[in-house]
Amino acid sequence: MKKTSIILGKTVQKLTRLRGNGGSALPGLIIERRDPNFVHDILGKLPHGVVVVSGTNGKTTTTKMVAELFEAQGLKVFTNNTGSNFVRGVISAILKNIKVSGKFDYDIAVLELDEAHAVKFSEVAPIDYALLLNVQRDQLDRFGEIDHTADCLQKVAKVAKKAVILNREDPRVGKIEAKNTVFFGLSDELIGEFPSDDDLLTAHKTKSSTKPALVKLEKLNAKATFSIGKDEYTTPLKVKGIYNAFNAAGALALIKTVLPDSDNAKLIDSLASIESAFGRGETFTINGIEVELLLVKNPSAFQLSLASFVDKDHDCMIAINDAIADGRDVSWLWNVDFKGLSHVKVTSGTRATDMALRLKYDEVETGAVVEDLKAAIAKLTRDKERPKRIFATYTAMLEIRKIISGKSIL
Amino acid sequence: MKLKILHLYPKEMNLYGDHGNILTLVKRCEWRGIRAEVIAHEPGEPIPNDVDIIFGGGGQDSNQNTIEDDLRKIAPKLKELVEADVPTLVVCGLYQLFGAYFQTAEGHKIDGINILDLYTVAGKNRLIGNVVIDTEDFGEIVGYENHSGLTRLGQNVKPLGTISKGYGNNGDDELEGARYHNCIGTYLHGPILPKNPRLADYLIAKALERQAGKPIKLEHLNDTAENRAHKVAATRPQ
Repeated sequence: MKKTSIILGKTVQKLTRLRGNGGSALPGLIIERRDPNFVHDILGKLPHGVVVVSGTNGKTTTTKMVAELFEAQGLKVFTNNTGSNFVRGVISAILKNIKVSGKFDYDIAVLELDEAHAVKFSEVAPIDYALLLNVQRDQLDRFGEIDHTADCLQKVAKVAKKAVILNREDPRVGKIEAKNTVFFGLSDELIGEFPSDDDLLTAHKTKSSTKPALVKLEKLNAKATFSIGKDEYTTPLKVKGIYNAFNAAGALALIKTVLPDSDNAKLIDSLASIESAFGRGETFTINGIEVELLLVKNPSAFQLSLASFVDKDHDCMIAINDAIADGRDVSWLWNVDFKGLSHVKVTSGTRATDMALRLKYDEVETGAVVEDLKAAIAKLTRDKERPKRIFATYTAMLEIRKIISGKSIL
Repeated sequence: MKLKILHLYPKEMNLYGDHGNILTLVKRCEWRGIRAEVIAHEPGEPIPNDVDIIFGGGGQDSNQNTIEDDLRKIAPKLKELVEADVPTLVVCGLYQLFGAYFQTAEGHKIDGINILDLYTVAGKNRLIGNVVIDTEDFGEIVGYENHSGLTRLGQNVKPLGTISKGYGNNGDDELEGARYHNCIGTYLHGPILPKNPRLADYLIAKALERQAGKPIKLEHLNDTAENRAHKVAATRPQ
C-alpha cells in the first residue's frame, strides 16, 4: 500500500480543489478502489483506537463534544468535522491530515457516521468504541424503516471491540447487544420531557429505564446536573436544549469508558465551554438583532426543539425544504405537535405552504408564507423588537447560514 | 351533530403522518360546529356499532404483524360497516390488508380481510415519490407514495383515480387507489386529507347523510391555505 496511495490521493485532492470542486468524494472514491485496506491500516494503529458516534439525532454536536473532551484530556483527536459523514469523507479527511511520509499523528479517531454508513465503515475499518444515541424516524425515503435503522446500529455494536455506550432510555438502542455495554440515561424527573419516537403522540413515559447508568442527566434548569457514578456535578452549558444536555451525558460516559482515570470535575469544566456544532443552535447577529438557527430534520428533533426553546419572547420562522437531504416526503410535519407555539411570523422554503397548512390545523397563527428564504429572513428581521428564532430543515439550514453569514440580504 | 371517527391502530399504523388525516377530519368538523369524537381502536378491543367514519393508515413491517390477528377478528364487523356505506379511508398498509391477500417476495401469501376486491404482490423496487392523480368526484389529488407492494384491482372496485405523476397501484396500469361503497383505499400519504379537502369533506358529508337519511350540504370553509399547499405539491418533481 500506502505511500503511493497517499501521494495519489493528495494529488487528486489538490486537483479537484483547484478546479473548484469543494466536494470530497473523488479522492475517497479513487483510494477506495485502489487500496481497500487504506482506512484499516491507518486508523488501526491509533493508540486509543476508533470511536464511532451514530444515531438519528444529535450526532454532529455530540461528536464535537466527544472530540473536544478528549482534546481537553490532552489527546490528539482525528475527527471528520467536515459534515461528510461516510467512508469516502473519512478517507478524504485522512488524506488531508496525513503526512506524505505516512505519519498520522493522532491518539484517537472520533467519527460521526450515520446509521447506514456506520455499517459500511465497520466493514473496512476497526471500531473500538461506539456511542449510539437514538433511533428515530428520519428521512424514510432514504433509509427505509425505523427497524432497519436499529438493525444497522446493532451490526455496528456487534463489531465494536472494546465497548458500546448506549442510551438506555431509547427503546431500540437500550436493547442493543454487545460484548461490553455501558449505559447513559435520564432521571425520572426528566424522562417525561423526552418522548421517544413511539410515544411522540401518545402518553409520555414517567419512569426511566432501570439499567445501571454510568452517567445520568439528573436535572436541567438554567444549569445541568450530571451524575457520574455516585457523584453529582452541576454546571452551566453553552449547548442548548435538553437533547444536547442528554447527549452530553453520553459523551461523558464514553470518555469515562475510554479514560476511566480522567478527572470528573475537569471533564465537567471542559464540557461547560463547548458550543453547538454548525447550524445546531448557532446564534447570529443581523443588524443588531439576535437570530438563532436550529436544525430540525425529523419529528422527534422538531418536537424536542420546540419543547426546549419555545417561549413568547421570540419571533419565529420555520423553513421546510423537500430536497433528498431534507426528506422529500413532508408527511412527517403532521407527527409534530405545534400547539405550544403562539404565533409563527413566517414560513419559508420549498414547502412553506405545507408548513402553513400544518400550523392552520393546530390553530397556530401564521404571519406570512414566503417561499424564498432570503425574502423570508428579511421579513423576519425587519423589526428589531424581539430576538428571532429560525427552525430549518437541512438544506434550508445550509442556505440560511449562507445568507446570514454572507449578510447578502442587507 | 356529532360524528364518531374510528381510528384503526393509531399506535401501530402511524408511519407517515397519518395522524394528520384524523386531525383534518376533526378540525373540519369542529370549524363547522360539528362535534367529532375519535375512538382509537387497539388490538383486543371491540368495534362500536355506531361508527360514522373509519380511518386506518400504514405501518412498518414489524408493527403490521402485531395487528394482523386482531384485524382478522374485527374483519366481519368492518365489512358490515363498509357494506352499510360507512365512509372509510384506508392508506398504504391497511389498504393492502383490506384486499384479498399480500404475496411476499418469497411467495408467501398473507391473507387480507377481503373487503376490497384487490390483491397485492411484493415488487422488486420501492415506488417512491410525489404523486398527482385525476379523479372523477374529487378533482386533482396530490400525495406522496412509498411502497413496494404492487396492487391490482378486481371487478368489484373502481380506481380512486388515474395517474398523471407517479406510480400509483402498480406502476403500469396508471391507476391509483380503489373505491367500493363509500370506502376509499389509497397509497397516498402526504397525509392525503389536508391538501385534498374535497376528499376530507366527502367523508364528513357521507357520514352526516347516513345519520340524516338525506343529502347534506356542508358549510363552506375558507380553503386558501389548503389550495396553496395543494398547488405547490402538484408542481414538485416526482
